[in-house]
Amino acid sequence: MILGLLPQVAWILGFPLVGALVLALLPAWRWAAWGNVVISGGTLVAAAMLLGQPLPRPTRMFLIDPFNIYLVVLTAFVAFTTAIFSAAYISREAKAGQLDAKHLRFYHGMYQAFVFSMLLALTANNIGLMWVAVEAATLTTVLMVSLYRTRAAIEAAWKYFILCSVGIGMALFGTTLVYLAAQPVMGEGELAMAWSYLVIAAPGFQPDLLSLAFVFLLVGYGTKTGLAPLHAWLPDAHAEGPTPISAVLSGLLLNVALYALLRFKMIMAANGQSMLPGPLMIAMGLSSVSLAAFMLYRRGDIKRLFAYSSIEHMGIITFAFGIGGAVANFAGLMHMTMHSLTKSAIFFGVGIITQNAGTKHMDSIRGLTVSHPALGWAFLVAVLAIAGLPPMGIFMSEFLVVSSAFAREPLLTLPLAFGLMVGFGALLHRLQGLSFGEPLPMRGHAHPGFALSALALAPMFAHIALVLVAGLYLPAQLVDWFQRVAGLLG
Amino acid sequence: MTYEPLAYEFDVAHMIDAMVLMFGFQLLYQRRMQSVLRSFALQAVALAAAAAWQAHVQRAPHLYATAAIALVFKGMIVPFALNWLVVKLGIHRNVETALGIGPSMIVGVALVALSILLVLPVTGKATALTRESLALAMSVILLGMLMMITRHNAVTQVVGFMALENGLILAAVGAKGMPLVVEISIAFSVLVAMILFGIFFFQIRERFDSLDLRYLEYYRGDRQ
Repeated sequence: MILGLLPQVAWILGFPLVGALVLALLPAWRWAAWGNVVISGGTLVAAAMLLGQPLPRPTRMFLIDPFNIYLVVLTAFVAFTTAIFSAAYISREAKAGQLDAKHLRFYHGMYQAFVFSMLLALTANNIGLMWVAVEAATLTTVLMVSLYRTRAAIEAAWKYFILCSVGIGMALFGTTLVYLAAQPVMGEGELAMAWSYLVIAAPGFQPDLLSLAFVFLLVGYGTKTGLAPLHAWLPDAHAEGPTPISAVLSGLLLNVALYALLRFKMIMAANGQSMLPGPLMIAMGLSSVSLAAFMLYRRGDIKRLFAYSSIEHMGIITFAFGIGGAVANFAGLMHMTMHSLTKSAIFFGVGIITQNAGTKHMDSIRGLTVSHPALGWAFLVAVLAIAGLPPMGIFMSEFLVVSSAFAREPLLTLPLAFGLMVGFGALLHRLQGLSFGEPLPMRGHAHPGFALSALALAPMFAHIALVLVAGLYLPAQLVDWFQRVAGLLG
Repeated sequence: MTYEPLAYEFDVAHMIDAMVLMFGFQLLYQRRMQSVLRSFALQAVALAAAAAWQAHVQRAPHLYATAAIALVFKGMIVPFALNWLVVKLGIHRNVETALGIGPSMIVGVALVALSILLVLPVTGKATALTRESLALAMSVILLGMLMMITRHNAVTQVVGFMALENGLILAAVGAKGMPLVVEISIAFSVLVAMILFGIFFFQIRERFDSLDLRYLEYYRGDRQ
């Protein structure tokens, strides 16, 4: 047990790691697409096994606590549903000659490598290991964003690469500074980088050094979270990659980056004398919300539209954690979950729509509820959910964010509510054009047949159903976890 | 086991760190691509010396591995590969600047002052070895960022990123007893290798007719 690998974690990480190797070597892409589903299913089962048991004791390298347990399960779940959607999506792309076998082998291997690095970042107790995992997640997604090899895709990948590499660099400097702040109290060596020990010993850390560290961490992991003004890579990367990758980028990777930042915020909260991280996070959150809300109006590209919507929602979540306190933190955690489920559902829909229409330009897509009723109505419901209409889960969490912010800082709710309204208007305006009216002729790929259509739609329906249920009723265990974590977040 | 370094050991460590910083400045005033790559190679060698000295002073043999990575990978392989790329892809041999050399140097000096003013007051409890090293390392990081911002060409931008990364490794080896430093430098090497691979693989020269990143700004927003 040199690494202190927890047996539970070993299974969760083992599936995607072995899967990445197997899929990278498997020559037949049809088998690889199904292998991808099976492996992701195995990961999900391993992750779900965590739910029933008592929490294991953290080791120096790995940790399972209420904060990451639900994110691990959520990540494994969305990775699984996306693998199902991806199987249908890839099959259509390959038939249309967009991707060849070599690229697909690479794609499936990288998909599992990406899931592995995200799960590693979530379960890591060592803050250095967490950093390495976030870096690996960046690398794997860059390769997938450039999959189509078009000029725009390469440009997007290059921008993503350079901006996020600098961000990752800043995060490493912040991590080094946290170690230096901890070292006089905790001594040298691995314990001074193990989060579960850091958070206990935090009251003795040097507050100034910790404050400096947090600034670097906020810039670093904030870049990866897509917070304005560090968001420039996000719309391009989402728009140019294959759509299943847009779904996991928005739904999972942004959460993982924010999770890393929140781990450090918990250390700051436990320390108590360092600068308050709240105001900085509120400022970045609000600027993301307002910027993204206005940018939503000018979009013509459907994937870019929802990429900006992701910036808006990450802004709302960061704002909620910046406000702090039990209720706002609870709302932030819930919003992370709801946004993840809803946004990936939307990208599933967008993937099918762009394949049908053969374009990402929204002016060329009209009347989806008429031409493709199942897809059109599901997409309509998903977009209404992300816009924040009741009774969906997003409405619940946004309502909690606004009301808890109102209780603590009433004036700050004005710009937030304004941003939400503006964003709501933009989405509704676009949605109307996309969903209703006389359908325009679709010039995309051939109809894939009933089985593949159903396969592509199933994950979207599952996500929408979950978001609807969560809006009406949250399971007691989830509420319990959220409340425990909300207390620790300060 | 605690071991207190001797006074001259501090001085040597600070001198080597300062050399890394000096090469950071040298990177800013080069006008030719070849010279940029040479300055970068020298900075990497200085970083290797800094890591090796820290390994000796801190009695931490694993840092020799970091030193070896810096020397072989960044001091030799990367400059050689970049040079090959410059020739192979027919990249402009002159460095194109967004901010002139003079102003860049002045901003650079201001950044060094900023990092000293920022780091020294907040590291009261850390050992002296760590304090000054950290200030110097942060200066190297900020100079690397400055280079990334003020140079147009993709290759010089990559060099700027690697200079930034040299600063990060300098900070990590200076932090006494920090675990995972070797793993982190390996992770960075993979990142850098990927970037080089990316330039070659994407054939940015071929696709964009230039490695000038101003052309990369073409596709932004929804221009069709």
